[in-house]
Amino acid sequence: MKRVNRLWDEGVVGGAAVALVGASRPALDSAMDVAPTPKPGDFVAAMRAIATSGDRDAFATLFAHFAPRVKAYLMQLGAEASAAEDLMQEVMLTVWRRAESYDPALAGVSTWIFTIARNRRIDTLRREKRPEFDPNDPAFVPDAPRPADDAVAAWQWERRLVAAIDELPEQQAKLLRLAFFEDRSHADIAAALRLPLGTVKSRIRLAMARLRTRFEDER
Amino acid sequence: MSPRHHPPDELILDYAAGSAPEPVAVLVATHLALCPACRDNAARLERVGGALLDDLPPAAIAGDALERALARLDRPPAIFPRAPSVPSNRLLPAPLSQYVTAGLDGLAWRRVVRGIDQANLTCGGGAFKASILRISAGRAIPRHTHRGTEMLMVLDGAFSDETGRYGRGDVEVSDETVIHRPVAEAERDCLCLIVTAGPIRLTGIVGRLINPFIRG
Repeated sequence: MKRVNRLWDEGVVGGAAVALVGASRPALDSAMDVAPTPKPGDFVAAMRAIATSGDRDAFATLFAHFAPRVKAYLMQLGAEASAAEDLMQEVMLTVWRRAESYDPALAGVSTWIFTIARNRRIDTLRREKRPEFDPNDPAFVPDAPRPADDAVAAWQWERRLVAAIDELPEQQAKLLRLAFFEDRSHADIAAALRLPLGTVKSRIRLAMARLRTRFEDER
Repeated sequence: MSPRHHPPDELILDYAAGSAPEPVAVLVATHLALCPACRDNAARLERVGGALLDDLPPAAIAGDALERALARLDRPPAIFPRAPSVPSNRLLPAPLSQYVTAGLDGLAWRRVVRGIDQANLTCGGGAFKASILRISAGRAIPRHTHRGTEMLMVLDGAFSDETGRYGRGDVEVSDETVIHRPVAEAERDCLCLIVTAGPIRLTGIVGRLINPFIRG
């Protein structure tokens, strides 16, 4: 119990992941009943534990937090409960199998899991392909080198983003939520809200300009 | 050189949120392959997606959901027959290359008007259609307007119209308020990915005779 709780307390790196290794399942379960909300950095440690040692308790930690949210996301987008449950299982299995490809410098864990859930939903429920660029493609134009502190920033930003979205004018925040949770393109959102397309475009651009500024401030 | 004309924010948002119809997603993803600045933008929006996911009220999951998941962890993944990955090249970066499996010469080209050839791509997306357009060096797409949206992305060569010059990776999005006449530069053919929703309407005299010309 005590060892497991260290995971919640210690935040990011190595030691926290090690604390989880070998903790027995019953201990983990009882710890969860009283566990404080985990911090995003804990999830990075859990991802590392899965990638390096196939740590099932670390997987259980991620599952406890993300499985209900992935299911909620899929249901928001119109999947019925049983289909959402099955697809959630697939998403979480993908998290386990692809843990090695997770790079904390590129995205927080919730962002990474969001992209897996998004792509799975497009494949399975919308039956379309999800075209994505390939950084190993010879035609790919690589990024300029980045400052090293980006690795820490990636996951920290997600929590701040929730606050930043809440600070947007309500009309703009609403459009962002609709875009992510309604499976409607901006043009369809405009039609559904009976708003001129130009109004929707300018609200989206204003919202993104604000978020951009906010990110640059924190860089 | 990095592209100078980018897809507007709302298209990047549609792509990052997962709501873009497949042809639009192909165009955006192909632009992202060539444009680090827009990749940053898309990554920022994916973080918004991650933040919103994290902020969702959790749904009730099955009582044995975790046991079910744990029981599957060690099973080998099912092997699905996958289409062999198509090698990309300078003209067709991934992911566009996956839609042109037999190469540019293997597409079903048809002549639209002299100097302009078009080949449709097989791609989901309902009202949206994707195709490759080849404008011969020095030729113009007749002046036209649009009933829906038209998105052009240059893959090779360059064209200019009333709104500017478009080179490799550049994207021009036009709607029904835009009347334009893209002219390919004289040195070489201009190859574009074109995504349209709704027919294109030619506005010139010649145009009216052969309207509607780009069927998409």
